[in-house]
Amino acid sequence: MHSALLAIDLFLVIEKLVLIVGIVSISLVIAMYETYAERKVAAFIQDRRGPNRAGPFGILQPLADGLKLFMKEEIIPNTSNRFLFILGPCLAMLAAMMTSAVIPWGGTLNVFGREVNLQIADINIGILYVFGVVSMGVYGIMIGGWASNNKFSLMAALRGASQVISYELPMGLSLIALLMLTGSLKMSEIVGQQIDSWYNVLYQPLGFFIFLVCAFAECNRTPFDLPEAENELNFGYHQEYSSMKLGFYLFAEYINMFISSVVMATLFWGGYDIPFVNDASLTGMGNWLVLLQGLSLFIKVAIFIFVFMWVRWTIPRFRYDQLMNLGWKALIPLSLVNMIVTAAIVLLKTNGWKF
Amino acid sequence: MQALTSRAKPVDRKPMTFLEKLYVWSIFKGMMITLRHLFKKKATISYPEEKRPFSPVFRGLHILNRDEEGRERCTACGLCALACPAEAITMEAAERLPGEENLYREEKYAAKYEINMLRCIFCGLCEEACPKDAVYLSETFAPSNYQRKGFIYGKQDLLIPNPKDNPGEYWKAVGNRKANKEQSN
Repeated sequence: MHSALLAIDLFLVIEKLVLIVGIVSISLVIAMYETYAERKVAAFIQDRRGPNRAGPFGILQPLADGLKLFMKEEIIPNTSNRFLFILGPCLAMLAAMMTSAVIPWGGTLNVFGREVNLQIADINIGILYVFGVVSMGVYGIMIGGWASNNKFSLMAALRGASQVISYELPMGLSLIALLMLTGSLKMSEIVGQQIDSWYNVLYQPLGFFIFLVCAFAECNRTPFDLPEAENELNFGYHQEYSSMKLGFYLFAEYINMFISSVVMATLFWGGYDIPFVNDASLTGMGNWLVLLQGLSLFIKVAIFIFVFMWVRWTIPRFRYDQLMNLGWKALIPLSLVNMIVTAAIVLLKTNGWKF
Repeated sequence: MQALTSRAKPVDRKPMTFLEKLYVWSIFKGMMITLRHLFKKKATISYPEEKRPFSPVFRGLHILNRDEEGRERCTACGLCALACPAEAITMEAAERLPGEENLYREEKYAAKYEINMLRCIFCGLCEEACPKDAVYLSETFAPSNYQRKGFIYGKQDLLIPNPKDNPGEYWKAVGNRKANKEQSN
């Protein structure tokens, strides 16, 4: 018995390695094409055409951008803390990439008689893990801003840290209301419940809205891009960065955007469930169903990413006091009310609607 | 104080209500506006593939004209240089030698004829001043160049292709405008 426990299942290791490599490369490619999509969306909203020279419709633009960043001279300021200066973008990238480990990307594939779960780690505290890793992302900003030894970078990093911490509170509170409904922190179980009944967004519309707003703030996207406010802080916490280190910071932002879209789709919009279709009746399709489900998750994510960009190119940046007012005086009370109302309803329901 | 125009509106300085402080409704309105713009026709013209048509009276680069037998019309009288308000035109005259009758129309011709396109303001006064119909402004503009000397156009740059040797190029250089003009005359 003990030897069976200790023995390493080689196939499991290979399976997980393939999954990890696949998911990491998919999120990198998606982040790459998010930069392209961002420029296209921005252009279309401003009645322009956007990049259309590199390849058909400018499809190769992200490659050209990446190549340009790699060719640039790498400058590390003399007065900076070298170790932390390099650590900053690494941490930002790391935190951005790690979240994808607990996301259920689809059902169970059947590969040569072997059940392959399309989730790297189905841990029972999935959401807590996501939150832990996401809040680590602020270290990337903090360390980068501090190590640059530049007062603008430092101010931007401080802003970033306070913003991310302020907006994590309503995000967490809105999530508590959701967790009271699901009764589980396990991502796969939350998706499973939504496949069997309605999507969580129907029970928690306000919670979803608060979560969405906080996700904008967590990703440092407009209207909450105070950490990189160009007109006040030059370029924010990555002002002293150049070449691919800057690229990593920008890339991490796009990966964060992707991941938070995935988290929103998973928690509130049914994850990999195909909408308007009873997935249970389609099990005969086998692997194709699983792939379709994965595709449906990615379509949901694409819609969210579009919303991120749409908001970015519509709304001007908040002033810093407006940001803090919105976070502390509007979103936290709202999410508290949402939580209390949900708690009351859940309590009544478990009591059999007896007052 | 009395308002200067009837259009002046007093600024609403009421404190915002709770709903307004959430900005949600106004943000939604703004997003609908940007969504509409997403489907609007783009104002951009993809330049090298697609060119904006010039006005029929567009005044572009100069062309030194030839007559029907391919002889240069210019006699280096200097009226264009005199008319030029920007002093962009310089020329040197030379006498036609025997045997060059197929090259130059009159007894005197321009041995050197230069227009500095950086000085030129494309007013077209040279075209109006010319008694011999030897210079006119075409429908193209000066291509960009890295050096100033690239903008000083000599005779080889300005002369229209010979209609006898190269009629295709000649008519291309004449362009629509000249053809229209000749039709209307």
